[in-house]
Amino acid sequence: MKTILEARKLSKSYGQLLAVDAVDLAIEEGICFGLLGPNGAGKTTTIEMLEGILTPNAGEILFRGKPIDRQFKKKVGIQFQSTSLPEFITVKETLELFRAFYPEPRDMDELIDICSLSDILKQDNRKLSGGQRQRMLLALAIIPNPEIVFLDEPTTGLDPQARRNFWDLIKKIKAERKTILLTTHYMEEAELLCDKIAIMDKGVMVECDTPAKLLEKHFDGALVKVPHQRNAKLKSGDSKIVGDMLEIQTETLHDTLHELIHANIDMTGLSIHKPNLEDLFIKLTGSSLRS
Amino acid sequence: MKQFTAIVKARTMEFVRDRGTFFWNLIFPFVLVIGFSFAFSGNNDELFKVGLIGEIPAGLESEFFSLDQIDFIDYSEEGTEEREELVEKVRQHQLDMLVDFSTGKYFLNQQSPNADVLRVLLLQRSIGVSEFSTLTGLSEQEVTGEDIRYVDWLVPGVIGMNMLFSCLFGVGFVIVRYRKNGVLKRIKATPVTPLMFISAQMASRFIIVIITSVVVFVGTNLFLGFTMKGSYFNLLLITALAILCMISLGLIFAARIKSEELASGLMNLVTFPMIIFSGVFFSLEGMPKLMQTFSKIFPLTHFVEGARDIMLEGAGLTAILPNVLSLAGMTILFLGIASLVFNWD
Repeated sequence: MKTILEARKLSKSYGQLLAVDAVDLAIEEGICFGLLGPNGAGKTTTIEMLEGILTPNAGEILFRGKPIDRQFKKKVGIQFQSTSLPEFITVKETLELFRAFYPEPRDMDELIDICSLSDILKQDNRKLSGGQRQRMLLALAIIPNPEIVFLDEPTTGLDPQARRNFWDLIKKIKAERKTILLTTHYMEEAELLCDKIAIMDKGVMVECDTPAKLLEKHFDGALVKVPHQRNAKLKSGDSKIVGDMLEIQTETLHDTLHELIHANIDMTGLSIHKPNLEDLFIKLTGSSLRS
Repeated sequence: MKQFTAIVKARTMEFVRDRGTFFWNLIFPFVLVIGFSFAFSGNNDELFKVGLIGEIPAGLESEFFSLDQIDFIDYSEEGTEEREELVEKVRQHQLDMLVDFSTGKYFLNQQSPNADVLRVLLLQRSIGVSEFSTLTGLSEQEVTGEDIRYVDWLVPGVIGMNMLFSCLFGVGFVIVRYRKNGVLKRIKATPVTPLMFISAQMASRFIIVIITSVVVFVGTNLFLGFTMKGSYFNLLLITALAILCMISLGLIFAARIKSEELASGLMNLVTFPMIIFSGVFFSLEGMPKLMQTFSKIFPLTHFVEGARDIMLEGAGLTAILPNVLSLAGMTILFLGIASLVFNWD
């Protein structure tokens, strides 16, 4: 696949604080790329440099192999983490305002349809709910019919229902073969939407690959958990006591289960868990995502 | 152009739909003008104001010139041109009488009720002083002119002040708010250039302020019937120019500041001295020369002077040219500064 956007040794500091430290990344055309990391990891700074909003202190950004220029703005769609909309005007008027900014804006009906805005067209921007607002901001982002869409934590603060609705919108945009760069706090979101993820922590890129490859690389087999009774010595797998649970990381699930039965351990409350991105995240950054 | 009109439209709608601000912009100056016209409707001046030019010649030192009821103002320092303006003051009832010993003339306004009283006083209190017992050496010059009420004099000031608030806060404050809450950042992410955005903001505010100023003028005029001796075109011209100038001044505040509190504090810091020293509520006449010169740095001073000259004296374009040029010059200066300093973030 062709690389659409590439960052080389991208750095940005605010005063003494080095927010982003020599980050390299390459995003292939047509994929949904997830940028994950705990709060303060440098995700927003990174995405805003890639958007051309922030100027990096060092490094370069290439769009289709060339450094980004003024024309870049016409080819990208951006949804910021927090944006106020002009007050006292309606959703439809706001769409019209932003459509006027671009030489070839997307059709109004199409925007309304993709982002499910028909019910709120006449609503004042100030009176939108969290979910409605994000839908509206997404519509603004796709007005230029962008080649690449940047979404900075678009579902943070939404209720589970609104979040799922928003994922459906992102899937529609994905189906148009547009490249999406998404930052998120939610691993299930990344798992569901992203073809490739990068995990950042303290301004540094920790890992970058497809979710499947990353899980394969960092975890073997399955995680077995049973309520802890006595320190069972198991030959297979790697066991440790976490809270009141005995956790066994094993490559040979069959042997482990066999051993547990032989050791006469009460299996009530047994769970077998396939490691997911959340586990990977905690393993790599050492902190819980939502902390 | 499509971008420009879209921003102008959105910003103007924002203003019109924000009922509170909208009505405040219209009602505040209206209430102020009407209020002042009532407060100063009675002429409570017990003193007559008599201007003197030159030393009182020996033999003319009558009791008249030492009357406590008369406020004698010595204008001997003034040049020839200013003396012409003093006659104008008699015409406008700002002076009841002007005695010019250097030319041997004194001026009284036919239409002023004070003129007759002064004439009688002069005759009575000068009896038996000398051979020139009744100022016989001087010839009476009559001038005519309607009384200029305080409110006629005040209205350009109040409208100017309203323009100042509306321009400074409407542009300065709003752009700072846009910067703080991320509207500017969102627009920065589009192909709209700063120049386009700023000029559209200016255009919208210009339309708003010029319409409100005209409405306030016409509205209060219905009740109070102002003196208008000059041309409405000239009045509109200087108004338009002053609005542009004040908006440009507002842009300087809008250029970089990120906090609304700081912006509002700084704008108050500028507006208050401007209102006090631009002669909105009281004339700068009595102030020290230095202060009068200093007041020329304020756009409001030039608007108020120009508008008053047009309305009260029927001044033409050439007469107000210094004011017009000052406003134009300041507009260019302010715009230049704002564009150099402006930053989206």
